Amino acid sequence: MTPATPRSSTFTALSRWKVLTPHFSFSRWWGMVIKELLQLKRDRLTFAMIVGIPIMQLVLFGYAINSDPKRLPTALVLGESTFLTRSLEAALRHSDYFRVFAVTDEAGARQALALGEAQFVVSIPADFTRRALRGERPALLVEADATDPTATAGALAALSGVVASTAEREFTGPLARLRGVPEPFAVITHRLYNPEGLTHYNIVPGLLGVILTLTTVMMTGLAITRERERGTMENLLASPVSPLEIMCGKIVPYVLIAHIQVGIILLFARLLFRVPFAGDAVAFYAGALLFITANLGVGVTLSSLAKNQLQALQLTVFYFMPNILLSGFMFPFAGMPAWARAIGEVLPLTHFNRVVRGVLLKGNGWPEVWPHLWPMGLFFLIVLTLAVRFFKRTLD
Amino acid sequence: MSADRGATPAIDVRDLTKHFGGRKVVDKVSLRVERGEIHGFLGPNGSGKTTSIRLMCGLLTPDSGSGTCLGFDILKESAAIKRRVGYMTQKFSFWEDLSIRENLAFTARLYGMKNRNQAVEAAIENLGLAGRADQLAGSLSGGWKQRLALAACMLHEPELLLLDEPTAGVDPTARRDFWDELHKLAARGISVLVSTHYMDEAERCHKLAYIAYGRLMATGTAREIAAAQGLHTLAVHGTGLSALAEALQNAPGVSQTVMFGAELHVSGQDRDALLSAVRKVADAHEIVETETGLEDAFIHLMNQAQDNFKAPS
Repeated sequence: MTPATPRSSTFTALSRWKVLTPHFSFSRWWGMVIKELLQLKRDRLTFAMIVGIPIMQLVLFGYAINSDPKRLPTALVLGESTFLTRSLEAALRHSDYFRVFAVTDEAGARQALALGEAQFVVSIPADFTRRALRGERPALLVEADATDPTATAGALAALSGVVASTAEREFTGPLARLRGVPEPFAVITHRLYNPEGLTHYNIVPGLLGVILTLTTVMMTGLAITRERERGTMENLLASPVSPLEIMCGKIVPYVLIAHIQVGIILLFARLLFRVPFAGDAVAFYAGALLFITANLGVGVTLSSLAKNQLQALQLTVFYFMPNILLSGFMFPFAGMPAWARAIGEVLPLTHFNRVVRGVLLKGNGWPEVWPHLWPMGLFFLIVLTLAVRFFKRTLD
Repeated sequence: MSADRGATPAIDVRDLTKHFGGRKVVDKVSLRVERGEIHGFLGPNGSGKTTSIRLMCGLLTPDSGSGTCLGFDILKESAAIKRRVGYMTQKFSFWEDLSIRENLAFTARLYGMKNRNQAVEAAIENLGLAGRADQLAGSLSGGWKQRLALAACMLHEPELLLLDEPTAGVDPTARRDFWDELHKLAARGISVLVSTHYMDEAERCHKLAYIAYGRLMATGTAREIAAAQGLHTLAVHGTGLSALAEALQNAPGVSQTVMFGAELHVSGQDRDALLSAVRKVADAHEIVETETGLEDAFIHLMNQAQDNFKAPS
């Protein structure tokens, strides 16, 4: 006969911790991994989602969110007709960015802008050529429709180039003295453009992390609540398997799957959007591995907090929002207020976005990637600790 | 510790109490199950059987009370208990999207079994499912699911089986096979706590515990429990038994009437009062004094429990 034991609260806390972390069994963990893979193999819908979501999002976001549109309607107001203005007009017409139509006066141009018939109005004042030849740097006025700031950024950047190259071409022979810095005429734009200059090259690599966040968090988010809803959790809990073994066992299969997704996305990014892969592939995959693991950890944590699959899904969306908004995917990171940047720095997606853009576009390697690896690793450790802590070891 | 652990009872819990949302589901339940004993656990639906079993195997933490399972403390050593206990849930809780073999193999891994493949193949052979081992568990009929669940919870050769209504919805032949199997296990020294609603199953247990409204009402052998109620029972044969039962319901000296097919059992604590009450209305019937059965006893216990604990609405 054992004497009745008084249950002091510290003792209970200690024993609970011991119960939570018995020694890790490779056999039990591997059992979990195999079971998850088998179940995954039979879950057609999830499998379709794993392949379908990356492709669908990539195509939709990549093509639909075109932040660098071409052939924008442009009204040209010519105050005079000289060799220089004709050359400028021809250069504008040859640029992909502008679909130029001539308007006679300022008022007509304004109206076209107001009606949305023109995205830009380019005005060359009378006297422009003469003043340029005198070296007075006359101004060329560009008015842009600012309602969609990102839409015009590329075109505005291109405009400066057009003007510069026109000057280059026209000021030859005796006029060559007018070339060089400063330019012979100024371009005045009535709006500042987006300094980050979103392009396909920018948005498609960004999508990699966004798609992975959505799918990985959702997949593991459902993993534990599913066991609970189907009643199989009771069976797991009655066995000696530990929370850590359950969670790691549930994470590993999805690490493999997420890497398949990475492959699919990179392939499509290359084929459809011609996104380069300039940097160190190994450093990239190290980043991807940590990023994926961290997100899967979030999913598992949400899963142990949620009571059912619906709640898990809601929590996933709740986690997804700050990731979309604060990671530098949608808005330039540097432009955010300090508190938003602080939140952003915590999120694995922020760091992964930098790794992806850095490696793919800038040709970065280990030295540049490393500062973003450890924050993701730390994030994962903290999240997994929370998950194990909140995991209900009993049915209470 | 482990040397004398074999001498400890399989289950020895005292005053287990558990609340769910302010409702007392298990109220000071004490239970002792000896090694190699099949202990039946009976009681109406919602009486706290499942909760009690979950408390014993560490799936729930009791609000108060203490005890041991196989010599291990149920509060502090649930990991050790889980390794040695086979728990069969009331609802099928194996993975329906895994095949029979995969379910067994996974279970074997969870318990860290060394001779895993042999054990799994032997279990499949024993089940008589050799040809269907790759069928998904979800496609099995209720009886087969139950057999799979039993095989899976037996796989790691537990010392104690906790079976929560294992034969609910299973046909009589399969139930009989199941109980033969249980007795073989008990003969090998395995202890069993099994909850059931079937009287024939209750009578096949070595000992019984009856629980109602979270309280343990009676323990002992079937005979002891029946005798302890202090009831005298008359078996009435003849026609119009339903009307007779109706008439006797509130008669003085009659505490309950129970229909058994062509026979009406009328029980009461005072033999003479009972006899005169029955004779008064059943003049054209054959009346035989009979032994108070287990079912009579349980119905008596349940009525008592209702009188004592039913919350006034």
